[in-house]
Amino acid sequence: MRFKRFMAVLSARNLEFLRDRSALSWNIVLPVLIVLGFAFAFTTSSQDLFKVGVYEQQKQAPGVEQFLQLQHIQFIPIDVIDSAIIKVERHQLDMLLDSSSGRYWINDSSANGYVLEQLLKRPADTSLNKQTVTGDAIRYVDWLIPGVLGMNIMFSSLFGVGYVIVRYRKNGVLKRLKATPLTAFEFLSAQVVSRLWLIVAVTSLVYAGTDLLVGFRMYGSYLSLLLVLVLGTFSMICLSLIVAARLSNEETANGILNLVSWPMMMLSGVWFSLEGSPEIIQQLALIFPLTHMIQAARAIMIDGESLLQVSDHLLVLIIMSAAFMTIGARSFKWE
Amino acid sequence: MSCILQVENLVKHFGPVQAVNGVSFAIERGTCFGLLGPNGAGKTTTVEMMEGILPSTSGSIQYKGAPADEDFRNEAGIMFQETSLQEFIQVGETLELFSRFYSRTRPLNELIERCALGEYLDRDVRKLSGGQRQRLLLAIALVNDPEIVFLDEPTTGLDPQARRNFWQLVNDIKQEQKTLVLTTHYMEEAYELCDEIAIMDHGRIIAQGSPRALLKKHFDNSVILLPASEVPASLDQDHRLKMHRMNGQVEILSEDVNATIELLMAQRIPLTHLQIRSRTLEDLFLELTGRGLRN
Repeated sequence: MRFKRFMAVLSARNLEFLRDRSALSWNIVLPVLIVLGFAFAFTTSSQDLFKVGVYEQQKQAPGVEQFLQLQHIQFIPIDVIDSAIIKVERHQLDMLLDSSSGRYWINDSSANGYVLEQLLKRPADTSLNKQTVTGDAIRYVDWLIPGVLGMNIMFSSLFGVGYVIVRYRKNGVLKRLKATPLTAFEFLSAQVVSRLWLIVAVTSLVYAGTDLLVGFRMYGSYLSLLLVLVLGTFSMICLSLIVAARLSNEETANGILNLVSWPMMMLSGVWFSLEGSPEIIQQLALIFPLTHMIQAARAIMIDGESLLQVSDHLLVLIIMSAAFMTIGARSFKWE
Repeated sequence: MSCILQVENLVKHFGPVQAVNGVSFAIERGTCFGLLGPNGAGKTTTVEMMEGILPSTSGSIQYKGAPADEDFRNEAGIMFQETSLQEFIQVGETLELFSRFYSRTRPLNELIERCALGEYLDRDVRKLSGGQRQRLLLAIALVNDPEIVFLDEPTTGLDPQARRNFWQLVNDIKQEQKTLVLTTHYMEEAYELCDEIAIMDHGRIIAQGSPRALLKKHFDNSVILLPASEVPASLDQDHRLKMHRMNGQVEILSEDVNATIELLMAQRIPLTHLQIRSRTLEDLFLELTGRGLRN
């Protein structure tokens, strides 16, 4: 490998990315917008968990006052009982209460309705002793940040390298490079390194900007997080090399890259936790590098875990990167 | 002169299609060798095998007496028929990029001056005109001060002035005793630039030699042209004239122009619009294949 040739391709690719204003701004703006959107959507002052419609509120029978004093339930006065029943049918209300006539309505298929029913008919205090703890709540936005950053890294890695190499092949850039002494290894290494540092830089910028706008938890070491970020990015860039190894059709590449990225986005825990999902789904998610990167990042950011504690994820990412790189480089064709 | 590149019995199949079918020739160092032929004749496939871009199905290509290796990549300059360059990169940066691929390079200032690129160094390569773009691609092909330069249809799509400017550049390269391999549709271009040509059709070489020698070998006559309306149909039967009508003109092949003109005058044919031209490579191609060069 000639370092001069590697550096030549690296600097040309960097220039191309930095001058492509639309792609660059999209890489920065999109994740910030997503996080801001979710921050507004999920960070509200109300902590109400249930909605209960109350008909003829003044005439409630004795015995339900205790229920009506419960916190985190939104009690909504109801004037017309028939239209309120329709709202229960449609899950717009979790319960409708008319204790003056001794009746309440819930939807049989509503979990919230079931819980409210238990609360309404709750037994007397048990002999259990209450213990309290204090601590800051983990907001959804705290939990979401590593996922959104990971998703952005995934798209940037897959499309920013895989799609670009396919485009180079289609329009003849690779053919022209093949006619020079540049080796495939030099070319691919430059593509990987170029995208790697750009993603790390852009993600750091997005991280700082989002923290400034929304503010989120970071209990671990920044250096550990950086290492997870670099390793995760590297593994996904290497994955894109497999897709880009031979294809010369952008539409096909687009389809395959979507086929690779969408399952990762849905199953790697970007938007929601997989803890309650079936075991097979949880196991399946472990084949994706994004899962390991997000889990390691969350463990560091939210739980303050050390590199040693997330070393299993790091090891998997290293093995995946090596395998993807080997397959991608060995199957690479200039044309 | 010694041979720099030798092609022996080169064959290339694309599935059932036989694009190149047993082509052999040798290129002398310091000459310009032209591959001519219509679209689909196999000339670009042949050149791309010589350049090492395409693998051959069979046959051999020897560069300086040995199979092409990394030395060839360092010593060859290539200008493809169609090339895209990296987007968002300027002309000067593109030259810099390619120059860093080679251990031996030509001073970029000299190349920039020679290819008249000085005004466009800061321009994005996507914003160049056709002529400017071809000059940049030629500069890239010369950036490693190559011993052999491949030019695949370098002037296709250029206006006549840009084409002639490009010929001047190629002639300058020839003056430096570099070997040139040129494929082209344009017979005038081949005649102007090439020391030797090979005409290809259906993947085979059907004629080879210097342009003048080929014309001399195949033609000992000139063409006399007259408007068809001024030549009576009765003359078509005159066995002393080899003539045929096409596109509103009568074309007479004459081995003795003076005698033919005297014959036409005797028949009281008006000669006001008479034209005489020598036989061209295009005539030669029609004669050999029955097809036009640009078909």
